Amino acid sequence: MTTALSQRGQELAPTPIVAAPRFLAPLAAGVVLAILLELVLPSPQTNLKSKIFLDIGINVILAVSLNMVNGFTGQFSMGHAGFMAVGGYAAATITYYGSFALWGNPDTHGVSGNALFFLACLAAGLVAAALGYLVGLPSLRLRGDYLAIVTLGFGEIVRVLVQLTQPVLVTPERVHEVGFPGVLGYLGGALGFSGQYGIPTYTNIFWAYAFVTVTLVSAYRMKRSTWGRAFLAVRENEIAAEAMGVHTTKVKVRAFVVAAFFAGIAGSLYGHETGALNPATLGFMRSFDIIIMVVLGGMGSVSGSVVAAVILTILPEALRPVADYRMVVYALSLIVMMILRPQGIFGIREVWELGPFKRFFVEKR
Amino acid sequence: MLRNARALLIPAAALLFAGCPPSNDKGGGNAGGGDTILLGEYESMTGAEATFGESTHRGILLALEEINKAGGVKGKKVDVKNTDDQGKEQEAQNCVLRLCTEDKVTAILGEVASSRSIAGGRVAQKNGVPMVSPSSTNAAVTKVGDMIFRVCFIDDFQGFVGAKFAFENLKAKKVAILYDQTQAYSAGLREDFKKAFTGFGGAVVEDVPYNGGDTDFSPQLNKIKAASPDAVYVPGYYTEGGNIALQARKLGLTVPLIGGDGWDSPKLAEIAKDAIEGCYYSNHYSEEETRPEVQEFVKKFKEKNPGYPADGLAALGYDAAKLLCDALNRAASLSGKDIAAALAATKDFKGVTGVITIDKDRNAQKPAVMLAMKEGKPHYVATVAPQQ
Amino acid sequence: MSRILQTLLDSLTVGSLYGLIALGYTMVYGILQFINFAHSDIFMLGAWFSFELSKTFGWSKNPPPFWAAPLVLILAMTLCGAVGFTIERLAYKPLRKAPRLNVLITAIGVSLLIENVGQLPWALGTQPQSMPTLINDRVLFSILGVGFHLVDLLVIGVAFALMVVLQWLVYGTKLGLGMRAVSFDTKTASLMGINVDAVISFTFVTGSALAAAAGLLFALKYSGLKQSADSQWVLLGLKAFVAAVVGGIGNVRGAVLGGLMIGAIEQFGAAYVYAPLRDVYVFSVLILVLLVKPTGLLGKAVVEKV
Repeated sequence: MTTALSQRGQELAPTPIVAAPRFLAPLAAGVVLAILLELVLPSPQTNLKSKIFLDIGINVILAVSLNMVNGFTGQFSMGHAGFMAVGGYAAATITYYGSFALWGNPDTHGVSGNALFFLACLAAGLVAAALGYLVGLPSLRLRGDYLAIVTLGFGEIVRVLVQLTQPVLVTPERVHEVGFPGVLGYLGGALGFSGQYGIPTYTNIFWAYAFVTVTLVSAYRMKRSTWGRAFLAVRENEIAAEAMGVHTTKVKVRAFVVAAFFAGIAGSLYGHETGALNPATLGFMRSFDIIIMVVLGGMGSVSGSVVAAVILTILPEALRPVADYRMVVYALSLIVMMILRPQGIFGIREVWELGPFKRFFVEKR
Repeated sequence: MLRNARALLIPAAALLFAGCPPSNDKGGGNAGGGDTILLGEYESMTGAEATFGESTHRGILLALEEINKAGGVKGKKVDVKNTDDQGKEQEAQNCVLRLCTEDKVTAILGEVASSRSIAGGRVAQKNGVPMVSPSSTNAAVTKVGDMIFRVCFIDDFQGFVGAKFAFENLKAKKVAILYDQTQAYSAGLREDFKKAFTGFGGAVVEDVPYNGGDTDFSPQLNKIKAASPDAVYVPGYYTEGGNIALQARKLGLTVPLIGGDGWDSPKLAEIAKDAIEGCYYSNHYSEEETRPEVQEFVKKFKEKNPGYPADGLAALGYDAAKLLCDALNRAASLSGKDIAAALAATKDFKGVTGVITIDKDRNAQKPAVMLAMKEGKPHYVATVAPQQ
Repeated sequence: MSRILQTLLDSLTVGSLYGLIALGYTMVYGILQFINFAHSDIFMLGAWFSFELSKTFGWSKNPPPFWAAPLVLILAMTLCGAVGFTIERLAYKPLRKAPRLNVLITAIGVSLLIENVGQLPWALGTQPQSMPTLINDRVLFSILGVGFHLVDLLVIGVAFALMVVLQWLVYGTKLGLGMRAVSFDTKTASLMGINVDAVISFTFVTGSALAAAAGLLFALKYSGLKQSADSQWVLLGLKAFVAAVVGGIGNVRGAVLGGLMIGAIEQFGAAYVYAPLRDVYVFSVLILVLLVKPTGLLGKAVVEKV
């Protein structure tokens, strides 16, 4: 049923030809930037600083995607690492076993290999999104605390189920023998997707930052769209939002699915960076790490998550001499932050909406 | 539109911090300059298997002390940078990357746990830095690349040793297996034992997994008890091995337990107390062996580390360091490739843990010993030589 | 048949531990409506304090007297009660009026803090330790070939004794009446002259003391203590929380019932289906219960007024 109001709203919405550059331009700019970074910086396989820079990219994707659920929509999900794991494993299956099927060995294979990797990342996102839908639909009827525990439980279930699989296959003959979907039973089990070859290491600065661009542009555009307004409405007061016609469950599931999509991509990047995926490292401890980033940066602020991800990726390396105390400092900052400044560093606003930047970027009302 | 583009300001800003001059990343290893040769080591100094790291580290230190006293390598002093991977695979990779690219070490010693050796080995291989593992026994470790070596036997052999002992010495016809499915070491050793034991004509009546870190093994042990085995093979690490022994005895499972070199730690008896009496495990050496190298090592180690047992890991750490330095002496230069070539050519090196020859797979062919736990200490029972 | 009996015995033992820990969760949730994430760490501290106390008294080297275990129990319970009190005053009290999510995050922060301070070399250390034997375990009697060990029976006995004490406390004393009133309606309770702060503090102290007892019993039974930041503690606490939810959160008897149920599900699942999946069984039950009957077995539905 289209009311006069919604019809008017549709009339006012920008046409695709006007809207497209709003996200295509920053997207293109970001991809170009990613290419430049790739050419300028040394390989993360052989340079520690590059590796940290790469890790920052992956953590940014994770933090920003979690922010969509925890920040924009105010739903406390503690199982984000589970989506990362699912995405990572899906992508690894495609690149590793796909490499065997296409080229007979799981090394990196230049341009066609990178194309395979890109497809694998997309598949990772989609598989994770599907899981997000399955998890979100029943869970999002639950209240805050319970949702948190259930998502934690789901994350653990994913981890344990992955641990049931058989060790990774290492010969092309066996791979052909087992075929698809048989290989899904050979994801390395509790040892992780590793073995003597490991996952082909396609992740480099370009891929990471290309996906970072996509994530950031999507998150920010989403926040400023009707979807975003619906998310924020659900966050502020769910019952009032429902009363105003916002389909809260649909909105919450939507946030979950989109967040899971990006987490899946991050998982794929992560798996192809180190060449291994270990289910033990993708449990709730990892989810906590991401939560800390989102909370400290500000739940609802895209740039806040980015800043927090940058700081919290560099800090462990910088604080290596006093590594014991690093987690103590994190924990204390979390507590102090919640008591003194619960909105995090940026709250719900973006960095360019504050202070000295306000003049340039915020519209006068 | 301007606002939307701002979304990219942040990663661009992150670039600023990383705008450091690119360091050499040709991956050809780091030929040491100056008058000290810097080696790197990575092991778990903290975490669940911390005694592994402790022991190995002390063994390495003793070896380097002796080498430096005798004039060093190629006239230069040898120093080692120790890093702690906290028992985590991800950390192991970071440690090795740091050692290769920031500290620019000439070669690396580590790790003990096979899973972490595989993870760290990949990084070392990529960076062209040779790595010698003192005690990782899973076959996949050296398959990672031609820069990765080890001074211990591999689990194909260790599984065979355990199976032979169970079948011939303990006269066990039915054996149950309780293994750690989260560790490459344990999972691999289980396969090797199964193959060998069934090859001898024995039967594996139960084959049950647990997760590393578990504390409660009653469900698995119940299942095993119901199958009435003559012995139980427990190829895991000492932290769980001790608990398993305790709980097995509590449940009334009195048959002997057999373990692998992952049991080699003073903490095993501390955790298991009386329960470990009459259990056996395969190991790299026993301090009761009469060979002069062994007695020398045990004496010097105990002098330097009072109150600390000279266990297999310490001996292997010692051997690994000594073998590496021997290779460094023989190497044409201190570049990665030359060191690797020298390591590969090692023949009949007289180590504490046996005579070491590095074969074409970069593994060592050595005998293993079986130890029995009596009064809380491991005692020598027998030696099993590798069949060629 | 004897295997079933053995599994039943294990379920009872493990279930009593879960029940003890679940009581802390359920009491705090009943009063403050939030999940005290740091509760599993109080349990961990209980186990570690017991270890440190035993070591200080020299009982790792010399055989302990018969009053060793009760003394350590009382001391550990007191210490953990103090820790619980401190946490509540410093971290949770300032957030009484804040949204529930903030308190949850703070709880996570407290949990991480305790774990990582515990891991410091001068605190509890970075290595697993083994608990000195305070009670010489022996088989008291056997049925169907299943040995009933002293330690297991003590675990069950002490756990149930404490639960009975708590039951009396909540339903038979004025303080307990205050606790029930505050859990029903905080504002009205304060209007009726109940010192809400004191009641809340008392709840935390009691819950923490029970968790400490569970910690000591755990240490006596399993003897291997993992380092404080090991995920084992959080997982155990989480399963106890599931027990609280299954039994009906906010309900004391429910927590005990839930504990036994979860203990049984975990042990039978591990013994008869597949052992490494034990956590999955527990979490699946949680999800099932939350979808079918979110208030748990013994809980009552509360209508949320807008």
